[in-house]
Amino acid sequence: MTLADTTGNDLPPGARIVVAMSGGVDSSVVAALLANQGYEVIGATLRLYDDGALKGKAGSCCAGADIADARAVAGKLGIAHYVLDYESRFRAGVIDDFADSYIRGETPIPCIRCNQKVKFGDLLEMARTLGADALATGHYAKRIAGPNGPELHRGTDQSRDQSYFLFATTDDQLSFLRFPLGGLPKSEVRRLAKQYELQVADKPDSQDICFVPNGGYAAVVQKLRPNSVRPGKIVDLEGRAVGDHQGIINFTIGQRRGLGVAGGEPLYVVALDPDQDRVIIGPKAALARDRVNLTEMNWLIPVTFGETLTAEVKLRSAQPLAAATLTALAGGLATVDLDGAQFGVAPGQACVIYQGDRVIGGGWIQSAERRSLAAA
Amino acid sequence: MRHDQIYMDYNATQPVKPAVRDAMIEILAAPTNASSIHRLGQRARGHVEHARADVAALIGAKPAEILFTSGATEANATVLRGTGLDRVLVSAIEHPSIRNAADNPLVVPVNRDGVIDLAALDRMLAEIGEPALVSLMLANNETGVIQPVAEAAAIAHAHRGLLHSDAPQAVGRIPVDVRALNVDLLTLSAHKMGGPQGAGALYVRDGLTLSPLLKGGGQEMRRRAGTENVAAIAGFGVAARLAAEDPGFGARMAELRDRMEARLVAIAPDIAVHGGNVARLGNTSCFGAPGLLAETALIALDLAGIAVSSGSACSSGAVELSPVLLAMGVPETAAREEIRVSLGWMTGQADIDHLVESWATIWSKARR
Repeated sequence: MTLADTTGNDLPPGARIVVAMSGGVDSSVVAALLANQGYEVIGATLRLYDDGALKGKAGSCCAGADIADARAVAGKLGIAHYVLDYESRFRAGVIDDFADSYIRGETPIPCIRCNQKVKFGDLLEMARTLGADALATGHYAKRIAGPNGPELHRGTDQSRDQSYFLFATTDDQLSFLRFPLGGLPKSEVRRLAKQYELQVADKPDSQDICFVPNGGYAAVVQKLRPNSVRPGKIVDLEGRAVGDHQGIINFTIGQRRGLGVAGGEPLYVVALDPDQDRVIIGPKAALARDRVNLTEMNWLIPVTFGETLTAEVKLRSAQPLAAATLTALAGGLATVDLDGAQFGVAPGQACVIYQGDRVIGGGWIQSAERRSLAAA
Repeated sequence: MRHDQIYMDYNATQPVKPAVRDAMIEILAAPTNASSIHRLGQRARGHVEHARADVAALIGAKPAEILFTSGATEANATVLRGTGLDRVLVSAIEHPSIRNAADNPLVVPVNRDGVIDLAALDRMLAEIGEPALVSLMLANNETGVIQPVAEAAAIAHAHRGLLHSDAPQAVGRIPVDVRALNVDLLTLSAHKMGGPQGAGALYVRDGLTLSPLLKGGGQEMRRRAGTENVAAIAGFGVAARLAAEDPGFGARMAELRDRMEARLVAIAPDIAVHGGNVARLGNTSCFGAPGLLAETALIALDLAGIAVSSGSACSSGAVELSPVLLAMGVPETAAREEIRVSLGWMTGQADIDHLVESWATIWSKARR
């Protein structure tokens, strides 16, 4: 397979491509590949938040040291490079939503909002204004030209596949986007980084959420919404108080550890009640859900409201696919009827719909229930 | 780095003029310490004193009133630390080397056109009731707006204070005469007039004593320690002489600039030209069009081969809204759109044409 094949690039030589460069190895290799293929590459690094508090944190992106890395790579490649201040947009479009979502008792995925609103929203619009022909990113996903326009597919490297995080990409955005790493395994990307002598070749992969230091998301929410984080009761399924907690933001549905409740049977967080500040716990069986209600649907195939279709869904980024029957509804809604019950379906997470390797749509999980109970 | 860029960022720095470069290269061929007694040292001393005379002549000063520094920032720091006056008043649109370097300055407001409020200055000095240092730039680096320095000096003197003017942008572009302005102190910079970086000067009115900022050796009549940057100072002198020989420069720039602005306004009638209603440096244009972010315009122009700047952007990517525009009461959204085009000795009509055409393309894409 040649590089040209793997990048799937369909643009004429010399086309102007903006590359979203985070300062990490993936997007650096994207810039190197495209520059070496003769495109006019323009590196854009987004300054997303003030990294004062997070200085020196390894394994995240888009602040201080990472900006310097991106700049150094661009210098090495001899491409134009600009740092864009998206702090206020990131705050409004991603961080605020992240905090509000936790306060509502949900488990948000800010990376998807960032792709949706910041990278494929504001940055993509800017790339168009700059006269670019495409915006390329280091995502492990494939954009494949189909009979009815570009399609979004999973990355070849299944262990790296990031298509889940791209479900909200619209047709219009997809037509302008390129994911040159979609056909490459990570090992090959690292090898290319060495081959191109990029100083980030051995840089650790980014982990977790970029603006959250070392997984301590609760502290971030606490800081952003100090008056909304309140202590409350941990209750069992019958509503009996069995313990105390310091705020529902510290919990996610399906969580087992850290409940501080002793008992014979393993207990899980079954539900979060933001109105009464209650964490509801129960046995694993109480987590079972086989109907999921979605909102803010993004369909990447034509659908007719009310008609059903069969597909596979992913209810969390690291979860295996589950077979389901879907019904598209008006108002950006959809219902997912799972063939078998799933455990730990959390509002705020994304439900991404696949047919084979292709992403045909997705939406945000609004609620989940038991069909048998709903029918009763 | 592209070398085919059209440079329109002369208020940031300028290409060194060939005569300046030639003079400097020649001087750099020999060791140059102007304090040395040997003949090489004497020659170096000659270069420095020659330059001092040329710089003094450009602003109507006596050579002994010129103190060479490493640049305008050092000259400004020397003023802020050296007059012995505790109270400092600065205008709201001063350069960071004044604004951020003065200790607890009182800030004198400007009006919507970016001109200092002299009545406020008078009132503030009266309230202080003790002699104070007033620092008012001669022309603003972002808008080019020329300040009523002579009037401010009269007010400062009426209150027994001193008037300093930070004038790197003005000298060489408008006639500057320290006697007519009646300033006590005035800052100059070589690289804003086609000279090299690393050389600046402070005019210190005869009879006024400043305590030195840099103490040590006895250079510059014990007013500034440190070996003189002879080649740069000599280059400064050449640049000053060239500026003095070209009194029509500012008017030529204004003609180019005014044509440019007229064409931009024809393309986008709601374009805002900041400071456009009052007297400005002929080379400076500060404008914004609703809906086109400065960040975007700057990058798009750069990709089109044109180097401009914005008071609301910096290379680290952090957009800090221009304090100058905010002080003028420009709304935040408009401040985010402000770009600065500053012309200079290499700018020609073809460059203006290219800028206008490129900007028009960007504007049409941004409006889609």
